[in-house]
Amino acid sequence: MSGAEFVPLSLSPLIIGCLAAVACALPGNFLILRRQALIGDAISHVVLPGIVVAFLFAGTISATAMMLGAAAAALLAVAMIEGIRRFGRIEPGAAMGVVFTTMFAGGVLLLELSDTSGVHLDVEHALYGNLESLIWLDATGWASLFDPTALAGLPPELFRIALVLGLIVILLALFWRPLAISTFDEGFAATLGLPVSTISLGLVIISALAAVAAFDAVGSIIVIAMFICPPAAARLMTNRLGMQVAWSVLFALASAVAGFVLAGYGPLWIGGTNSVSAAGMIATVSGVILAVTALAGPERRRVT
Amino acid sequence: MVAVLALRASTRPQSAGNPMFFQALTFQLGYNATLVTFGATLLGIAAGVTGSFLFFRKRALVSDAISHATLPGIALAFIVMVSLGFDGRNLPGLLAGSALSAATGLFAVQWLASRTRLTEDAAIGAVLSVFFGFGIVLLTVIQTMSSGQQAGLEGFLLGSTAGMLYADAVLIAGGGALALLLVAIFRRPMMMASFDPEFARASGINLDRTDLIMMGLVMGVTVVGLKIVGLILIVALLIIPPVAARFWSDRADRVVLIAGALGGLSAWIGASGSAVAPNLPTGPIIVLTAFAIFAASLLFAPGRGLLISALNHRKFQRGVHIRQGLVSLAQGQAIYEPLTLRLLQAQGLARADGVATEDGVARASRVLRDEKRWETARGDPALEMAAARYDGLTQIEDVLTRDQIDHLDARIGPPRGVTP
Repeated sequence: MSGAEFVPLSLSPLIIGCLAAVACALPGNFLILRRQALIGDAISHVVLPGIVVAFLFAGTISATAMMLGAAAAALLAVAMIEGIRRFGRIEPGAAMGVVFTTMFAGGVLLLELSDTSGVHLDVEHALYGNLESLIWLDATGWASLFDPTALAGLPPELFRIALVLGLIVILLALFWRPLAISTFDEGFAATLGLPVSTISLGLVIISALAAVAAFDAVGSIIVIAMFICPPAAARLMTNRLGMQVAWSVLFALASAVAGFVLAGYGPLWIGGTNSVSAAGMIATVSGVILAVTALAGPERRRVT
Repeated sequence: MVAVLALRASTRPQSAGNPMFFQALTFQLGYNATLVTFGATLLGIAAGVTGSFLFFRKRALVSDAISHATLPGIALAFIVMVSLGFDGRNLPGLLAGSALSAATGLFAVQWLASRTRLTEDAAIGAVLSVFFGFGIVLLTVIQTMSSGQQAGLEGFLLGSTAGMLYADAVLIAGGGALALLLVAIFRRPMMMASFDPEFARASGINLDRTDLIMMGLVMGVTVVGLKIVGLILIVALLIIPPVAARFWSDRADRVVLIAGALGGLSAWIGASGSAVAPNLPTGPIIVLTAFAIFAASLLFAPGRGLLISALNHRKFQRGVHIRQGLVSLAQGQAIYEPLTLRLLQAQGLARADGVATEDGVARASRVLRDEKRWETARGDPALEMAAARYDGLTQIEDVLTRDQIDHLDARIGPPRGVTP
C-alpha cells in the first residue's frame, strides 16, 4: 500500500484509536485493582444524555459543550450512585445499574424526541462511533507529516484525545505513589494521612475525562473494552503494578492496531469487498488477547 | 363486553389526557398491541422476581453481561438463516441464537471469575464489551450482505414494538408466561439459596444447580425481552424493580412479590406508552417508568423511604433537645442552644428567659431521675446489656422491670430535691 493512500485514509484514525485505547487503559488498571471495573461501563453509558443535553443547549455540535455536558453527566451519575447507596442502603452494583440504565434511557429518548436530523448525532454513532470517518483529507503522502498547512487539517479529535492522554500521563506520574498505596491498602493510606476519598473521586474524574474524549472519537464500546480488557489481561501477566501498566499499554496498542487493520483490510484478504466496524473489531481483538492471557498468562491463577 | 368497555372508555372524560394511552393500558388497542402489552407485563413480573434473587445474591450486574452477550448470537443467527435461504428476521431463530451466545457469555464470566484471579466485575465488563463489539462487527457484515433485509436488527438494541408480526407477539406473550411459570416453580430453592446459602446447603439444596436455574431464568427473561426492551436496557427490568421493592419491606418473600408487581407495572405502563408513540424505542420508555417508580419508592416508602427517615430523624432530634434542655433545667444550668429553648417554650416547659415553668420543673425532675437511674444501671454488671439501649431518649421504664428499677432506686437513695 502506498503512502498516498495510507496517510490520508488510515493514519489519523489509527493514531486516534491508539491514543484512545491507551488513555482508557491507563486509569483502567487502577479501576480493575479497586474492583471498580464497571465504573467505566457506567460512565460510558451516562455520557450520552450529557452530550444530548449539551447539544440541546448549545444548538450545535460543539466539542467544548459536549465535553462539559458529558463531564457533568458523569459527575451527576457518581453523585446519584453514592446517594442511592448511602441513603437507600443499596449495594453499589445495583445502585450503579439503576443509575446508568436510567440515564442512558433518558439520553436515548431525548435524542429521539429532539430534532437532531441535521447533525451527526444518533444512538448508533454513540455506541460504536465512527473511527473510519476521521480521515485526513489534506494529506497527500508521508511528506505531509512535515507540511504545516496539511497538519492543520488533521481531525480535531486527534488533538483532543492527545491532550487528554498527555494530562492523564502527567497526573498518573505525579500521583503514582499515593494512588498505588490507596489502591492496594486504603486503610494504610488513610493512616498515612492520604486523602483517600479525594484520590478515589479523582480517579473517577480522570476516567470520565478519558471516556468522554475517547467517546467523542471512537464511541462507547471501545471505551468499555479498553477500560477493562487490556488491564485485565495485563493483570494476568505480572504481579507488579509498574509492569502491569506497561503490559496494559502494550495490549491496548496491539488491540488498536490489529483491530483497525483487521477491520479495514481483513475482509479484503478473505475475499470480501467491504470493511467492518473498526470499533467492534478493536474490542474483539482485545477480547482475544484477554482470552489468550487467561489461558496461558504466567500469573493467571488466583493467589492462595 | 370489550366493546362496552371501549365505549365507556371513550365517553368517559379523559383526565389522563391521551385517550389512546388509556386504551393501550386497558388492552383495547388492537390484537397485536394487546398481546405485546400483555406479554411485556408478564415479562416484567418475571423479571422483577428473578431480578430480586440476583439482587439478594449481590450479582445484579451479571445480567448486564448476559444481555450484551446476546448481540453476536442474533447477528450470527441472521447470517446463518439467510445463507440457508430462510428469512433472516425469523424471531424464534434470532432468539435461539441470542440464547446460545448469552449462555456462552455467561460461561465466560463464570470461568474468568472462578479460574483466573480476575474479579467478577472485571469479568462482567470484559465479556459485555467484547461480545458486544464482536456483535457490532457482525452487524456491519450483515449491512454489506447482498440479501440485506437488515432493517429490524437495530430494533434489538433499544427495543421496538412497532410493526410486530402476530406470530412474534404470540411468542413474546407465551415466553413471558413461561418465564413467570418457571419462576413460580423454582421460587423456593432460589429464595433459600439467595437469602442464606449455608442454610440452603444444609437443607439439601444443590447450590450450583440453583444458581444455574437462576442464571437460566435471567437468560430466558433477557431473550424474551430483547425485542420489547432491547438488549442494552433489559438489565434495567432485572435491577430497578427489586431495588425499588427493597424500600417497601424488610422481608425477602415480600420484596420478591413487590418487585414482581413493580416490574409488571413498569412494563405494562411503558409498553402502553410506546403503543401510543410507535416512533420511539420501547426500552427507554419502560426503563424511565421503572425509574419513576423507584424514585417514588425511595422518597415515600414507609420505613426506609427518605421522607419518613427525615421525619423520624427530626422527631428524634427534637426529643433529644427537649430532654437535654430538661436535664439542664433540673441541674440549674443555663440553656444556650436557641433551638432547645424554643422547643421547651413551645411545650410550655420554660419561659423565654430560660426559667422553668411549674410544668417544666416537674418534668425536669422526672428526667433527672431517669438519667440517674440509667447512670446507676450502667455501673451494674447485671444490667449492662439493658443499659446499652440508652440513646438519650428511651425511658428506663421501657427497658427494665418495676422491681429492677426499685432495686436501682434503693441504691440511688431518697430524692434530694431539685435545684431551683
